[in-house]
Amino acid sequence: MTTTSDAPANPTTPGPAVVAAVGGGTAPAPDADLAVHLLRLGDDALVLGQRLCQWITRAPTVEEDLALSNIALDLIGHARVLLDRAGRLDGTGRTEDDLAFTRPEREFTNALLTELPGGDFAVTVARQLAYTHYAVLYYEALAGCADAELAAFGARAAKEVAFHRLHADRWILRLGRGTPKSARRMRLGLERVWPYTGELFDEDDVMRRLAASGTVPSPAPLRPAWERRVTEVVARAGLTVPAPSWSARGGRDGLHTEEFGPLIAELQSVHRQFPGGTW
Amino acid sequence: MSASATPAASAEQDEALAHFDALIAEGGTIEPRDWMPDGYRRMLIRQIAQHAHSEIIGMQPEGAWLTRAPSLHRKSVLIAKVQDEAGHGLYLYSAAETLGVDRADLLDALHRGQQRASATFNHPALTWADTGAIAWLTDGAAVINQAPLCRTSYGPYARAMRRVCQEEAFHVRQGYDLMRALCEGTPEQKAMAQDAVNRWWLPAVALMFGPPDTAAGGADARTAAPGAAVSRRAMAWGIKRHTNDELRQRFVDQCVPQAERLGLTLPDRAIRWNEERGHYDFTPVDWDVYRQALGDETHWARQRIAHRRTAHEDGAWVREAAAAYAARADTAPEETA
Repeated sequence: MTTTSDAPANPTTPGPAVVAAVGGGTAPAPDADLAVHLLRLGDDALVLGQRLCQWITRAPTVEEDLALSNIALDLIGHARVLLDRAGRLDGTGRTEDDLAFTRPEREFTNALLTELPGGDFAVTVARQLAYTHYAVLYYEALAGCADAELAAFGARAAKEVAFHRLHADRWILRLGRGTPKSARRMRLGLERVWPYTGELFDEDDVMRRLAASGTVPSPAPLRPAWERRVTEVVARAGLTVPAPSWSARGGRDGLHTEEFGPLIAELQSVHRQFPGGTW
Repeated sequence: MSASATPAASAEQDEALAHFDALIAEGGTIEPRDWMPDGYRRMLIRQIAQHAHSEIIGMQPEGAWLTRAPSLHRKSVLIAKVQDEAGHGLYLYSAAETLGVDRADLLDALHRGQQRASATFNHPALTWADTGAIAWLTDGAAVINQAPLCRTSYGPYARAMRRVCQEEAFHVRQGYDLMRALCEGTPEQKAMAQDAVNRWWLPAVALMFGPPDTAAGGADARTAAPGAAVSRRAMAWGIKRHTNDELRQRFVDQCVPQAERLGLTLPDRAIRWNEERGHYDFTPVDWDVYRQALGDETHWARQRIAHRRTAHEDGAWVREAAAAYAARADTAPEETA
């Protein structure tokens, strides 16, 4: 076991029940909050990576098979860092694989955006656009946090996601300004995805405590910058950012879409078929 | 071309052929702008296209397990491997294009069944262990087959193969490592590994190396004759460096001790060390059995192509959009966001 040099305030037996007084009243320890937050980020990366894996061998070109697998690989890499850290912080000692392969659906806390089925290339591009612009902003902010391990991760992930963002930006231009058919499909893709983007910026008590204590930044203040950037790219593509009349949420509380069950069943099937297996 | 009818053109062609033959004889490299016999060009296009097709069709059996990999580490490794295969497909299509063909036409030929991918992949990947068996055995066979191609006479093909081989060699190690983990795991995991080896051994031995082309490798000289004729031609041109049967033997010799270390049994009772030959004996490949697997009329042969064709057709609107965007005069250069 490594000692918890990254969490100097940790008692010798860290546990989620440890209470810290942040803003009065009883609130979970910062470690427990941070674990919740990192699990959310990690689940976003894992579930989006899983959705992108479903494209591989089905993409419109071999180049795109390669690009989407490259992006999926980075996302799974992010998920591994984030889940590993969440497991160390929450006091359960769960590994990245315990968290990915043994939790039931209700315990996953990814934003619903990441789990939407992605069989339509325009939907995939729209989701990649929304997610990558958000993720670059968030990881850049994370790179400035006091926790050295998380800051280093944020800096690295921001650089990687910047390439994914470039990929999404280029595709929305090609599709938006390609043919009338592709422009129509891209518009429908944006409309399909946009109601699910707000959840990325949601702030609950956990997030507010973490931001107030200066542990990690909240994504909420990043929303105007995100709006500006995506609006600019979407406009260049000759399209408009949808103004949805509703906003989906629930993922952060483990309330998912019905399509999520099969995704998790597929993800966990082999792991669960071999109890006690080592891989 | 009717130009060859005139004596001057004919003399010129003789000279070009003499130069080509001399280059091949001294182990030189033929480059895209060099003159080459039509038969050489056709053989290369056929071989490189088949190789490129095999890379992208070969993504399917393993690609089907990307979403089910049992650990995040194995998932990452498998994504990287399948990604490498897409890359190999691209290098090889590019090499083929230097011979005056178009990738889109080659893909159409694959989709219409006029060109083939390796029939090895006309077998299903039924369990997670299959991804390990494919990487260890099929990629292992590919490396042995392809290592000599790094010195093949056609320059662009040789250069593509140097990159491909480096990555393939890494895949073999990853496959072996995956199998080792299963063999050191629970009895159920080990049984899954053995089952996968039982199903992937013969396709690797038989189909990755092609038909017997020596009397020693075939059941007899007669059955080996058609393969031998093709191999002789390919070797004379420096495209191939070894017979199918030499390479097959090298593969068996490499795998037997590896399987022993894993504690797995290769499904061929005839495998035993032959002191006199300094090689492992094994059951000669009965090519007639494999003729059936080579045909289009099996579930998996049809399925692999259908999967490709569906992806291609579903993505047509995307490729059309990209082409229209690129062709538009008023398109501003892509900005780097």
